[in-house]
Amino acid sequence: MDQQVSSAGGAQNRTSVERRGDRELVVTRTFNAPPSTVYKAWSQPELFQRWWLPKSVSGVSLVSCDMDVRTGGKYRLEFSAGGSDTMAFYGKYLEVVPNERIVWTNDEGEEGAVTTVTFEDQGGKTLLNFYEVYPSKEALEEALQGSAAALPEQLEQLGELLSSIGE
Amino acid sequence: MVQYISPPLDRSFAALADATRRGIIDRLGQGDASITSLADKFEMTLTGMKKHVQVLERAGLVITQKVGRVRTCKLGERGLKAEAEWIEAHRKLFEARFEALDEIISEMKQEESDGSAS
Repeated sequence: MDQQVSSAGGAQNRTSVERRGDRELVVTRTFNAPPSTVYKAWSQPELFQRWWLPKSVSGVSLVSCDMDVRTGGKYRLEFSAGGSDTMAFYGKYLEVVPNERIVWTNDEGEEGAVTTVTFEDQGGKTLLNFYEVYPSKEALEEALQGSAAALPEQLEQLGELLSSIGE
Repeated sequence: MVQYISPPLDRSFAALADATRRGIIDRLGQGDASITSLADKFEMTLTGMKKHVQVLERAGLVITQKVGRVRTCKLGERGLKAEAEWIEAHRKLFEARFEALDEIISEMKQEESDGSAS
């Protein structure tokens, strides 16, 4: 696997996001804690829900968070944008190796990505790699253009709204 | 309305929420085209195509220019930048996410060391 993050690193832990090839998006970052701690924050719902959707950026809040983090287990995250409507992200864990990796599907869309997160021990720190692999180039393009990656229903509604304004 | 991404980006994503409009962007990525030829390609009336192009134009994704009786469409700067912007939006989300995760990890480490000290 082709690593782009230097292990030397400074005091600053940088988040890098890049597209790799036709079908893959990669996010990396180093954390100042061993993989067992980072894994715990990722796999325990009461911890996970405190950071996965920071309200400052997403404008939405989680209303429920069910995660059965083991191979074959399922997850379902429901969130609200303040109104009565909720939206759900859900899927299945394809592979779970505690303290090492979690692989899951994103089943809310037709051509959802398979997401892999790996936790690599780097002398007491953790190099975290987050990969989203789409089933096809077209599916990634679709995500890049907004409808799959962001909030599909809202975008669709916005699209309709814009079209109706255009009439 | 969900403020998932910045407002100008919202508008271009909204414009791109429609399959025909995404098709138009793809087509214009290969070269400029008149509204008439776009209407032919997407098997649509001129009026229908004009509406789609207007939405894209308002989002800054497409620029149109009338020469004589023909209105030509080409990709606007935002059309070319859409991917970079999406990556940027994703980076912001992950940065915020991982900052929050970092805080939780610090708390966990603190608790662990408190626990082992007692």
